[in-house]
Amino acid sequence: MTLPANAQIALEDFTACSGWEQRARLLMQWGERLAPLTDAECCEGNRVSGCESQVWLLAERNGEHWQFRASSDARLLRGLLALLLVRVNGLPKTALEQLDLPDWFSQLGLARQLSPSRSNGLQAVLLRMQQLLAEADQGLASH
Amino acid sequence: MGIAALNPSYGLDCLPMPIHSPWRADFPGILALAAEGQTYLDSAATAQKPQAMLDALLGYYAGGAANVHRAQHLPGERATRAFEATREKVARWLHAADAQQIIFTRSATEAFNLLAYGLEQQFQAGDEIVISALEHHANLLPWQQLALRRQLKLVVLPLDRDGLIDLTQAAQLIGPRTRLLAVSQLSNVLGCWQPVNQLLSLAQMQGALTVVDGSQGVVHGRHDLQALGCDFYIGSSHKLYGPDGVGLLYGRPEALQQLAPWQFGGEMLLHTDYHNASFRPAPLGFEAGTPPIASVIALGGSLDYLASLDSQAVGNHETALHAELMAGLQQRSGLRLLGVPTVALASFVVDGVHSADLAHLLTEQGIAVRAGHHCAMPLLQSLGVQGAIRVSLGLYNDTSDLQLFFSALDQALELLQ
Repeated sequence: MTLPANAQIALEDFTACSGWEQRARLLMQWGERLAPLTDAECCEGNRVSGCESQVWLLAERNGEHWQFRASSDARLLRGLLALLLVRVNGLPKTALEQLDLPDWFSQLGLARQLSPSRSNGLQAVLLRMQQLLAEADQGLASH
Repeated sequence: MGIAALNPSYGLDCLPMPIHSPWRADFPGILALAAEGQTYLDSAATAQKPQAMLDALLGYYAGGAANVHRAQHLPGERATRAFEATREKVARWLHAADAQQIIFTRSATEAFNLLAYGLEQQFQAGDEIVISALEHHANLLPWQQLALRRQLKLVVLPLDRDGLIDLTQAAQLIGPRTRLLAVSQLSNVLGCWQPVNQLLSLAQMQGALTVVDGSQGVVHGRHDLQALGCDFYIGSSHKLYGPDGVGLLYGRPEALQQLAPWQFGGEMLLHTDYHNASFRPAPLGFEAGTPPIASVIALGGSLDYLASLDSQAVGNHETALHAELMAGLQQRSGLRLLGVPTVALASFVVDGVHSADLAHLLTEQGIAVRAGHHCAMPLLQSLGVQGAIRVSLGLYNDTSDLQLFFSALDQALELLQ
């Protein structure tokens, strides 16, 4: 499967990265590129539970394609969210379901950010993403 | 590494002597983590274990396992003797009059739940349970849920500006309806000894039962529970350099008699037919099912080891290292301590820096500290912070650990500020 263009850029950026400091700087830069959410969108309904930082995730559907938007009050997590969104946005649902996101973060050298620890933010975001897709399915079935 | 980092030409006037832990080599875990590039400063969450504990654990399993308090065969007798020997050691550690006052649970949290269920019949609607604003979830949720089950009032003692339970307000809030007081001896977030003696007196004047959460306190000092005079005292093996899977519940004999059994099965009974049963008194009546035999025996190894140390020397080491931690934290600009930590640990936030970001970058540099709400969400909310970083010390930590921490902290802040 070919990578979306921005994901390809991310992969090049992060694989060229040596050392934790450079990686942290890069993560923060990616975080700054994340399109901001409005105050109204940072509401309890969009909040991802299970994170110690505040994270909001919104899903919008455009035909067969999905578009996610997200933000957090923590800067490094914003960077991780940006890296997630460049990989998933614009994909049809079937492709999304087949996507190996832990592998994506491994390729970026960020596998540790998906630790199974309860307080980890990114893991909770992936779960929430699956939930939103499942809810959309149920919504479809009930029509 | 710590010594090499210090330039001897500075002389003693300029730089304090590095603090070494003479016990560090007794803890294979801290050495293994250091060899892996990990600086472990999270002992308030769980402590590393001494070789003596590993030996006891392996010795029990390798020598032949058996269940306790059941069979009369030799392996069963040997396991039972070793298991009960730990009860004696815990009693000595806590200065309890009798080993039969020590109940083994599966965790400190389970010990609190045992009390909340075992004492439930003692409460009537409208009675008051008093806790403090700094309690760990383990000493909050069992009482909160008991209050909801029985229509009791949960009274929360506020803190003063230094993070101590406010005694003036406590004197107002502990009253004739108070049936039980449950407070922490040493906060896992604020790192200061609480005025437990005064609080116990206030509760005892009202005839209330008293529970002290010693999960942190029991690790950082020898306490005489007979002198303290509380009805119940709770501790956790895995924080006390022992294995996980064991909680400790001490009770005064009169208080233990008020407890009703809460879990049923195994050998906790005296007699049963299909329809009725009678139960053993404490401790066995509260140890339903096969207990964590190996862990209890291994805790005996930890306690033997701890008892062999010069407790004065351990205390001095912990005090000096904590002072070094505090001095370093106070030098960092924009860093705000939670409360006034005096022992074992310190929690802090940095102005304009998200604690999750700081935790992320400390982790990247191999610094193992805790970040988040520390199982005390309401406390952090009341302090107006969402999360904090906590550095906590064990008797194996030394100056080299703190130097690595501070250097990582400075690097992280340089990136984030």
